[in-house]
Amino acid sequence: MIEWRGAPVSLGGRVVLRDVAFRAGAGELVALCGPNGAGKSTLLRALAGLLPGSPPQDPRRVAWLPQGARSAWGLRVAEVAALGRIPHGDARPEPVARALAACGVAHLRDARIDRLSGGQARRAMLARALATEPAVLLLDEPTADLDPAAAHEIMALLRATAATGCCVVVVLHALDLALHHATRLVVLAEGRITADGPPAEALPAAAAAFGLPFGTDLAPRLLPPGGRRAE
Amino acid sequence: MNRALAGLVGALALLGLLTGAAGFGVPDPLILWQLRLPRTLLAGLIGGGLGLCGAVLQGALRNPLADPGLLGIGGAAGLGAVVVFYWGIGAAFAPALPLAGLLGAGLGCAVLFAFTGRTPSAPTLILAGVGLSAIASALQVLALAFAPNPYALAEVTFWLMGGLQDRALIHVALAAPPILLGGALLLRLGRGLDALALGEETAASLGVPVARTLALAAGGIALVVGAGTAVGGGIGFVGLVVPHLLRPLLGERPAALLPASVLGGAALLLAADLVARTAPLLLPLAQEPPLGVLTALLGAPFLVRIARRLAP
Repeated sequence: MIEWRGAPVSLGGRVVLRDVAFRAGAGELVALCGPNGAGKSTLLRALAGLLPGSPPQDPRRVAWLPQGARSAWGLRVAEVAALGRIPHGDARPEPVARALAACGVAHLRDARIDRLSGGQARRAMLARALATEPAVLLLDEPTADLDPAAAHEIMALLRATAATGCCVVVVLHALDLALHHATRLVVLAEGRITADGPPAEALPAAAAAFGLPFGTDLAPRLLPPGGRRAE
Repeated sequence: MNRALAGLVGALALLGLLTGAAGFGVPDPLILWQLRLPRTLLAGLIGGGLGLCGAVLQGALRNPLADPGLLGIGGAAGLGAVVVFYWGIGAAFAPALPLAGLLGAGLGCAVLFAFTGRTPSAPTLILAGVGLSAIASALQVLALAFAPNPYALAEVTFWLMGGLQDRALIHVALAAPPILLGGALLLRLGRGLDALALGEETAASLGVPVARTLALAAGGIALVVGAGTAVGGGIGFVGLVVPHLLRPLLGERPAALLPASVLGGAALLLAADLVARTAPLLLPLAQEPPLGVLTALLGAPFLVRIARRLAP
């Protein structure tokens, strides 16, 4: 379980989060959607305890993966994943191996992360967060600049993680990913939550937040792997 | 790997004890104790310290170009030494030079932390270091411009090039405690440096006290570089090049590089000092080439070779 019910947050003189009350529980996969500048990443940082003034979180319980996470050095994939054990102060190989296997990069464990494709590197970074074995997983745009199939794979992995009892909160731009994989969709606009509910119900509000028309059409469209058809 | 490096350091140190102006072979005990032992000890201590500082600073700043000299502590120590030369205090009281160097390094460290404030981050640390370097080198040049006699000018210039000749056990006694203390501080930072590979915010999310890690890194480097410069003058390039030499062999994880950088730095400076000592024996040279020049000449070709191999 993770919660934010903080005072308004200002960054650089601009109010980024207003009166936001957010709470997510075990087993949920919550998608945070909204236009650029809506305060999604700030809310995620607030949840992670990384804002000045936000209560610090126990790093063993809460793992945070920023947008475009990268390593300054050409670490091996297994070394990157092992960084996730730092909060526990141990170097147990089992959680690291499990995280690598869950993210499908066990065969790349000795590869340098700076020599991998974008999708593989992102999986390695995700393995770092999973290796902590957190109760709460906070991810900022884990599917940005991935091809559609890879994005769906990452989301399926997150859904499986949530199904094990982890609380997963994901900032997403791609509404279709939120619609197909999330258990709950929270829409942020101008620092406020404008909708919160099952993805299909919150979708009109999300469309409104993005300034997009909302409706149904019968045009042919891509489906997710093994896909349910979008309503 | 570390065992091989340790063996190399041991062999170079032994060679250093057996080589000197008196020729090759086991020397007179007086020469051994008064000249060769302090010199060999200092080369190992300062070289190991500088190698470690380079590995720590590159890891802390996430920048392969970081060199311990970047923080300006060496410049501040040099300034302390220049002041001693300027007023000719060194002639009256020999340990005045290293003591003034240590004092300069301490003051420089205080100025550095005054610049960075309580919570340093990589950019503030770099900018504060550049600022301190600029002030220290400007004041050095000012002292040289007003130098009372031309000999002071020549002496200072030569000292700033770095060297370990004519150092005695008193120099070892002065330099060893700060270098060992600083080194012990720096060797404990491995885990924090590993986390910093992912950026300061992610490191913080992993529970690493980022500002404290950077402050300890800067403090430890100030102790090591300050003491090293105070007794050895400006010996550059070791801290920059040693981690680069080791990365292809050990991987790039910062913590894995720390102990190896101690050994690698010690080996590099012992080798450079050996070359400095034997050069006047083998070549028609009036005196030893400056050690700082040799470390650059020995290290730079390796660096270029690595850079060429990394190029696509």
